[in-house]
This record gives sequence, C-alpha cells and structure tokens, in this order.
Amino acid sequence: MKIFIPTPLRVYAAGKDTLEVNAATVSGALDELTRTFPDLRKHLFTGEGKLRAFVNVYLNDEDVRYLPQKEATAVSAADTLSIIPSIAGGTGRPGGTGRPGEGAFGAAVKIRPKCLIHIEE
Amino acid sequence: MSALQRAVSDLRLTRAVYEAIRAHGEETYPHECCGALLGNSVQGSSWRIVAAVRAGNTRTDSAHNRYQISPAELVKIEREARRDGLSIAGFYHSHPDHPAQWSQTDFAEAHWLGCSYVITAVDLGKATVTNSFLLAGTTEEDKRFEPQKIEVVETDEPTRASSGARLESKEA
Ligand SMILES: [Zn+2]
Repeated sequence: MKIFIPTPLRVYAAGKDTLEVNAATVSGALDELTRTFPDLRKHLFTGEGKLRAFVNVYLNDEDVRYLPQKEATAVSAADTLSIIPSIAGGTGRPGGTGRPGEGAFGAAVKIRPKCLIHIEE
Repeated sequence: MSALQRAVSDLRLTRAVYEAIRAHGEETYPHECCGALLGNSVQGSSWRIVAAVRAGNTRTDSAHNRYQISPAELVKIEREARRDGLSIAGFYHSHPDHPAQWSQTDFAEAHWLGCSYVITAVDLGKATVTNSFLLAGTTEEDKRFEPQKIEVVETDEPTRASSGARLESKEA
C-alpha cells in the first residue's frame, strides 16, 4: 500500500512524499514507515507510542480513529494511508512577532511584474 | 538577492491566488474563511503558490472567531494536489474585524511546520491587510511563527507551457 507523507514531515523522510509498504494492518504500515524513517517517530507518536492528538491518519477516506478495529484494521495493496496534521485556529488576542514594529508585511507587498508561472484558469 | 532580503523568507502568490483568498474572506464575512494553498517549494525554503483551494469552516458553532478544516476534506485536497504535482504549502484564513496577526489560538493549533499561514484582515466586509507567517522550527516544542514577505506575481503574460508551470531564469 501507499503511505502519503504530508509536507511538514517530508524533511524526515528523505524528501519523499510517498512510501510504498507491504503491511497487513494500519499499525503494520506505520511501523514500516517509522522503521524506514526513524526520525518520523517522534513527530507521529507520543512517548507512550500513541498517535499525537493533532495527527490524523486516514485509511482511504476513513479516519482510522473511528474504524471499529482502529489501527488493527486490515489493509490491502490498493489502499492508501494519508497522514494529515490538523488545521485550525481563529482570532483572539493577536500574537504578533514579539518584536516591536514588525509583522505588518502586508502593508509593503512587493509586486513582481514578471510572469513566473502560468496556471490554467 | 541581497542579504537583507534573505533575512525574511518569501511567499510568492500569483495575482489570481492573492485576489481569491481576499475575496473569500469578504464573501464569508463576518465569519472566518479558510482554505489550503498549493504550490511548489523554491530552493527548499520558500514556497511558490499557484492555487488556493477553498475549504469549509467546520466551526459553525463559532465561525466569527474560529476556523477548522475537516481532516477528511484535507485528505481529498492533498490527494488532488498530488495528482497535479503540487504540495500543500500552507493555509489561509481571515480575521473578521481583527488585525492580520496570528493569535494564540492560531499558534497553538498550527502543526504544519515549514508551511505558510496567510491571514487577511477583513474590516467591515472589506479585505485590508494580508500577512503571511512561516511556521518555523523543527518540533512542536520549538515551533514559532516568522513573518514572511508576500510577493504577488503577475501572470498576465501567459506562457501556455504544457507542464502547467514554467520558470524564468531571470526571476531571481
Ligand atoms: Zn487566525
């Protein structure tokens, strides 16, 4: 099966965005991932070996946390496992940069007149 | 590029992306909008964003001051980005009637190290300042937001390259 590695963790996975593994279960797949790239372990798991709260693991379109057998769920070669850190936030007390007079780059946005890239509309 | 410019990382957005994320914030006002930024890394550290993908704000209980993208939606966005040879390079959201500065909530709930968090202030329904912050550091323990310089890249000289993206050698 394929494991999709999210952008922030690729630096600990030799720059790879995907790893092909041979595993029977979700936890077997994660084991092979962290055996291949040991630096990933502490980013995915707590000291007690549980998935960190903000790390979501999806087997195809299903959150592994809500599968009846969770990480013991069987997987097949055609499955994909996505690792997705959570995304949330909101206003509140502005944090700023901690350095006086800094942080408002929006006021000085630099316009580049060159065409660097073309995207299909 | 001078040493002074290198001190702050760049986030390059196409004009279309820049306008789209600001328009999104105006549309959802007085609620927060949110979405993902797709692009490629430039020389390992900066991002060049070529697409913004709108996401639903799942915090319908408190949408005026909170945002959250469902992981299920993010999985789909990521899969489609891969198909196009792009990566999730960051996220954007709006601050209705609030400065375009990250909040303690934004910081506590930011986990995409090396990615950009773009915030647009929307004052009385009108997008004003847009700022970008790089989530720097290597772990949850030493992470920090660093302000980034936003560069809006004009794309009015279309170069219908078949790869979808073409670099110009003179750009640096
Ligand atoms: Zn925010």
